[in-house]
Amino acid sequence: MSALDPDAPMVELAGVHKWYGDNHVLRGVDLVVPRGTVTVVLGPSGSGKSTALRCINQLEEIGAGCIRVEGELQGYREGTRRGEDVLYRLHPKQIAVQRARVGMVFQRFNLFPHMTALANVMEAPVQVLGVSKAEARERASALLERVGLSDRLDHYPSQLSGGQQQRVAIARALAMEPDLMLFDEPTSALDPELVGEVLGVMRDLATSGMTMIVVTHEIGFAREVADQVVFMADGAVVEHGPVSQVIDAPTEPRTQDFLAHVL
Amino acid sequence: MTTPTAAKTPAPEPQRIHAIPVRYPGRWISAAVVVVLAAMVANALITNDVFQWSTVGEYLFSAPILRGVSWTLILTVASMAIAIVLAVVLAVMRRSSNPVMRYVSWVYIWFFRGTPIYTQLAFWGYASVIYHNLSLGIPFGPAFVTFDTAVVLNATRAAILGLALNEAAYLAEIVRAGLQSVDRGQSEAARALGMKDGRILWRVVLPQAMRVIVPPTGNETISMLKTTSLVLAVPFILDLNYAQAAIGNRLFQPVPLLVVAAIWYLAITSILMVGQFYLERYYGRGFDEHVPRRGRRGRQAAINSAHTTADPSPLDGVTP
Ligand SMILES: Nc1ncnc2c1ncn2[C@@H]1O[C@H](COP(=O)(O)OP(=O)(O)OP(=O)(O)O)[C@@H](O)[C@H]1O
Ligand SMILES: [Mg+2]
Repeated sequence: MSALDPDAPMVELAGVHKWYGDNHVLRGVDLVVPRGTVTVVLGPSGSGKSTALRCINQLEEIGAGCIRVEGELQGYREGTRRGEDVLYRLHPKQIAVQRARVGMVFQRFNLFPHMTALANVMEAPVQVLGVSKAEARERASALLERVGLSDRLDHYPSQLSGGQQQRVAIARALAMEPDLMLFDEPTSALDPELVGEVLGVMRDLATSGMTMIVVTHEIGFAREVADQVVFMADGAVVEHGPVSQVIDAPTEPRTQDFLAHVL
Repeated sequence: MTTPTAAKTPAPEPQRIHAIPVRYPGRWISAAVVVVLAAMVANALITNDVFQWSTVGEYLFSAPILRGVSWTLILTVASMAIAIVLAVVLAVMRRSSNPVMRYVSWVYIWFFRGTPIYTQLAFWGYASVIYHNLSLGIPFGPAFVTFDTAVVLNATRAAILGLALNEAAYLAEIVRAGLQSVDRGQSEAARALGMKDGRILWRVVLPQAMRVIVPPTGNETISMLKTTSLVLAVPFILDLNYAQAAIGNRLFQPVPLLVVAAIWYLAITSILMVGQFYLERYYGRGFDEHVPRRGRRGRQAAINSAHTTADPSPLDGVTP
C-alpha cells in the first residue's frame, strides 16, 4: 500500500491514456505539478483538458499510464500475484478517501440546488468527515466570508448570481481542506462583469499557497499567478514551462497558432 | 415628454391613467350558464327521492361507516408506505451496475404491472391455503424457523401486502423517472467531494428527484384510496366500500349509501391534496425562486427599497 510521500510532487501524470470507446482522447499525458504551485492548462476545445482533470479526480478511469497524488497511486494498489507485479483495483470506499483530498470546481458550478449556500458548504464535512454540525457551520460561514459571501449564507443557489454561485462552489470544495484544487474553466459560464470576482478569490487562494491546476482561457490570470503553463493539443501536452516561455515565447507552432487566436 | 426646461422646474406630478377596463361579456355569459346548470344538478339531487338525504345524514357518521373509513385509511397509508420504500429499492436496483439487480427489478416490475391487481389480491388471500407453513432455512435442506401462514398472512396483512407489492411496481417507474431527471453534474460534484454512493443518493439525488416524484405519487395515493375497495378479493371486508354496500343491501337503499361513501372518498382525497401541496412546496425549495424563505414580505420590501415602482400610496406626492 503506497502511502503519502511528503517529498513527492503534488501531482504526477505519467503516460496517461484515456479511451471513450474507440475515441482515443488522452494520448500519453505527462505532467508534474510541484506542491504549492499553480499550473494553468491551455488548449483548444476537445484537446482533453477536462478529461485530464477528471482523471486526476477519478471521475473517469484511465486506460493506461498512472496518476499519483502526493506520491500515492490513484485508483489502484500495487502488489504481486504468483511472483508477478499486478495492480489491484481499489474499493470505491478507498477511492472516495483519495478523492476527498482533491477539490474540484466545475464550469457549471453544480451546487446542490435544494440546499442553501451554507448547507452546500457544510454537506461534505458533515457527511464525509463526520464533523459535528455546529463545527461545520462555523467553518462554512468562515469560508463563505473568505469568498466574500457572508451576507448570502441562507440563499439558495437559484437566488445567487453566477459569480456568487461559483464562489460558493469554491468554498464548498475548500471545506474538505483539500491538498489540491482543480478548476475546470471556472469562469467560462459567467457574464464578463462577474469573471473578476471569481478570479479574485482564486488569486487569493493561490497566494495562500494552495496547489492548483486551472483550465482556463483567461491569459491575464495565467500571467499573474501561473508558476507553470501547460499547452495541450490532441490529447497530449505539447509544451510546458513558465509564462515567459509558453505564453510569451512559444516554440511549438500549435501553441503559437492557439495564442494568436486567444490573445 | 422631455423638454429642456424639465431640469430646472420640479417635475410635475405625472397624471395617472384611469382607463375604462375592457369588457368581457363571455365571462358573464359562461358564469350564468354554469349557475343554471348547477341549480339543475342541485334540483335533481335534492328533489329525487332515491337519494334519501335523511338516510345519508343518518349513516354518514354511523359506527360501521366510520370504521370502514378508518380501515380504508389504514390500508391506503400502510400499503403506500411499504410501496414507496420498495419502489425506491427497485428503482435503485434498476440503475445498479450489477446486472443481477437490474434483471430482478425488471422482472418484478414486468410481473406486477402485467397482472391484474384483483388477481394478485385473490392470490394473497389463497396464499395460506397454497402454503400452510412459511419457513426460514436452507432450500431443500433443514428449516430454522417455521410460521403458520394463516397466522402470519391474515386477511389484513394479505390485503396490505397485495396492494403494496402491486403499487411498488408502478411507483418504481415514477421513482426511476425522478432519479433520471437529476442532472449528472450533481452526483459528480458530490463524488468529487468524496461522498459515497449511498450518501449521494440519499442526500443529493433523491431530494431533488422528489420534485418530480411527488406529483405522480400523489396521484397514485388518491388512486390507491379507491383501489382499496378491491380488497374484497382477499377477502377483507372491513373497508369503507364493503361497509357501505353491506348497509345499502340490508336497507334495500343502495344509492344513499353510495353517496355516503362518495362523500367520504371525496373528503379524504381533498385532505390528501392539501398534503400533496405542502410536500410539493417543501421539495420545490431552492427551485422556485418566487417562494424565497423570507416569504413575500421580504420580496416586496426589496422591490420597494429599489424605488423602481410607483408607490400607490396617496401620500406619495406629499412627502418631501
Ligand atoms: N463522456 C464522454 N464520452 C465520450 N466522449 C467524450 C466524453 N467526454 C469527452 N469526450 C470527448 O473527449 C474529447 C476531449 O474532451 P474534453 O472535454 O476533455 O475537451 P476539453 O479540452 O475540455 O474541451 P473544451 O475546451 O471544449 O472544454 C472530445 O473529443 C470529446 O468529444
Ligand atoms: Mg472542457
